[in-house]
Amino acid sequence: MTDYYSLGDPVADTKAPDGPIETRWERRRFGAKLVNPANKRKLSVIVVGTGLAGGSAAATLGELGYQVKSYCYQDSPRRAHSIAAQGGINAAKNYRNDGDSVHRLFYDTVKGGDFRSRESNVHRLAQISVQIIDQCVAQGVPFAREYGGLLDTRSFGGAQVSRTFYARGQTGQQLLLGAYQALERQIAAGTVTMHDRHEMLELIIVDGRARGIVVRDLVTGEITTEFADAVVLASGGYGNVFFLSTNAKGCNVTASWRAHRKGALFANPCYTQIHPTCIPVSGDHQSKLTLMSESLRNDGRVWVPKAKGDTRIPADIPEDERDYYLERIYPAFGNLVPRDIASRAAKNVCDEGRGVGPGGLGVYLDFAAAIGRLGRDAVEAKYGNLFDMYQRITGEDPYTTPMRIYPAVHYTMGGLWVDYDLQSSIPGLFVIGEANFSDHGANRLGASALMQGLADGYFVLPNTIGDYLAAGPFPKLDGENAEVAAARKQVEDRIEKLLSIDGDRTVDSFHRELGRIMWEYCGMERTDAGLRKAISEIRELKAEFWQRVKVPGDGEGLNQSLERAGRVADFFELAELMCIDALHREESCGGHFRAESQTEDGEAQRDDERYSYVAAWEFTGDAPVLHKEDLTFEYVHPSQRSYK
Amino acid sequence: MSLKLRIWRQADARDKGSMVTYQLQNVSPDMSFLEMLDVLNERLTLDGEDPVAFDHDCREGICGMCSLVINGVPHGPEKATTTCQLHMRHFSDGETIDIEPWRAAAFPVVKDLVVDRRAFDKIIQAGGFISAPTGSAPDAHAAPVPKADADAAFEAATCIGCGACVAACPNGSGMLFTAAKITHLGLLPQGQPERDTRVIDMLHAHDEAGFGGCTNTGECTSVCPKGIPLETISRLNKDYRKALHAAS
Repeated sequence: MTDYYSLGDPVADTKAPDGPIETRWERRRFGAKLVNPANKRKLSVIVVGTGLAGGSAAATLGELGYQVKSYCYQDSPRRAHSIAAQGGINAAKNYRNDGDSVHRLFYDTVKGGDFRSRESNVHRLAQISVQIIDQCVAQGVPFAREYGGLLDTRSFGGAQVSRTFYARGQTGQQLLLGAYQALERQIAAGTVTMHDRHEMLELIIVDGRARGIVVRDLVTGEITTEFADAVVLASGGYGNVFFLSTNAKGCNVTASWRAHRKGALFANPCYTQIHPTCIPVSGDHQSKLTLMSESLRNDGRVWVPKAKGDTRIPADIPEDERDYYLERIYPAFGNLVPRDIASRAAKNVCDEGRGVGPGGLGVYLDFAAAIGRLGRDAVEAKYGNLFDMYQRITGEDPYTTPMRIYPAVHYTMGGLWVDYDLQSSIPGLFVIGEANFSDHGANRLGASALMQGLADGYFVLPNTIGDYLAAGPFPKLDGENAEVAAARKQVEDRIEKLLSIDGDRTVDSFHRELGRIMWEYCGMERTDAGLRKAISEIRELKAEFWQRVKVPGDGEGLNQSLERAGRVADFFELAELMCIDALHREESCGGHFRAESQTEDGEAQRDDERYSYVAAWEFTGDAPVLHKEDLTFEYVHPSQRSYK
Repeated sequence: MSLKLRIWRQADARDKGSMVTYQLQNVSPDMSFLEMLDVLNERLTLDGEDPVAFDHDCREGICGMCSLVINGVPHGPEKATTTCQLHMRHFSDGETIDIEPWRAAAFPVVKDLVVDRRAFDKIIQAGGFISAPTGSAPDAHAAPVPKADADAAFEAATCIGCGACVAACPNGSGMLFTAAKITHLGLLPQGQPERDTRVIDMLHAHDEAGFGGCTNTGECTSVCPKGIPLETISRLNKDYRKALHAAS
């Protein structure tokens, strides 16, 4: 395996204070240097991405008085993919008096992450969760309320307390619009300048500090260099490496990957979350997958036929010929087992040849019992919008025939390595939201992505970035600087190269093939042999890409093929690192299931002796270097998860 | 299915543009409308032609980025459905489909089917927010909101900012979009302090951005993928009169 990587020095988070966990965040804020209000307007910050993390960070940094430059590839900051989050946002408010607390949310998150996250970060997240709800309500986010006028909550994703705040099935939309409106308010105030339809294509590092980015104006094609005293990446996750995922079509790893190539460590890239309840693939034309909220598993029963290759319509399969496999294998949790377990169980029954629908890649999610028990109206009131969406996409009526669902890539827990201040291994480069690796360990709990994005953007980064900026402003830069000119030239050369190949295969055809390799070998179940095979196939396909890709048009104006080509080129390099990370981690944990590491009854087997660390990878251009950050648990003691 | 597509092609903002006809075979009824265009674009790319530019992102009906006028109707024939959620099973074999960009003075064409909708952001900048700087919030339960108000505010807040309302309006008015935000924020107690200035400032920004006036034709609400009702505009007008009165 040393063919694939080498071992470097360990890394450590030097910013989190020791001592009682309850006061670490308070003590860190006190220890951080402050920036004089009069100096803030002399300091500038670039924020890439306008989702929950980037939008809230840009707005808050603007309010604090910094000069902020915000970038997004979409036509408006309001489009960022946080908008599609459905379920809700967790907060330890304990409004229900049901035993919740900051400590319980902290505990659940560390355990849910299968003991592969940092206690300090997670505890801070749980503390801040409370402030987030206050902040969002003050902005006018229309959360669901009860008749008394107070906020409603629900239990979500198997949590035993009711701590999830929600706005019907559109919580992400409402939270993002809150952040977007705060951002637009700062744009109007002149503290933030917005650059929509711009894509970051390179990081500029001068004298060892992140000092700017190279961007392409997607409408005119113009390449410019943009400078600041610090750079914040809030560019989201990399689930689209699988081609088919629940991410938006434009989601990509380019901003993170360019920073990684310039020295930012990439942590735990193999930790991906595969969501069990998505609408199955319907054909070769499929361009993305659609999530159906996890809340459906509260009332739907999952089953497949007992017999292999049973092609009868579901109504013709009698009760005793159905296998309600989650209820059978996990009697205690039944249909509500965590995401990774539900996903793998669906894969197993399909691998046995008992899957349903086109290609046998689906299982039924049946509401007949719920409709019988509660009545159709009650089911419609709860899930009406989801049933409508399902019917629009599949043409089938879930009230009368069971839904078909199948797992799909949904979220990436891995990301750029950051310390407690959310600063990467490059001074002046901060990473927030899904783009960093910090809080979810090997598996994210439902309704925690929105919490982390907003915690980072509204509350953490604005407090920690000052400690770095207090040393600024840094010397003025221009295009004459050798490091700036080199970064710009890299971008121009790469675009020219992509346009000049003029081969005979489209960008999408490569992306689909890469996605198939990743899904097959680096998806729900990973093996040593499979990952080695994947690495060699990825390398071959990458070489072919640079020989045969056809990118029409030129770089002078809007060229959506060129945009995709650059993103897919970076996905190839990321895919290889994901497989190397998955190969080196010879244990199963959270979303990472190594077939070689399972208990006698087929459950994930962690190996804390050997793998209780964050794998932070350094880019070398050849075999990457592994830096380990040891994880210690003082408050939550690692145990094997059990849902039987 | 096989289809005849007539698509608006326009090289850039300065180009005059025209409809161009393409034949497309082997379209599956399970494809979404945008997947059908993906298939066309794959073919055009391999044939050495410029693929058709169109906006899209989440492809699940919530980001508001997709924006096509299909057979004369923004987002096409299905009610309460964005283009990305429209599937080819709603069309028939041999059909001719016209595909055009949003057409409105405030939304200039960038290329082919892509338009510039930043005029919407300008309206929000003028007052489509509640001024609540980070960290300044009281406890979330400090101000209860009657459930009926909260639900109505949520309904208005579901607007995805796609601009179909503008594309459908004979006046190119952005009033439904503006009214949805006025309604969302005006129904909540937190939105009261800025209620008057908000409606005045947002309406001025609306007019300055090049949107036309509202003459109550109702085309906007009939194509709105989120079903934002026309009553929001009545509410906006009422708020505007009250605000002007208070200001004088």
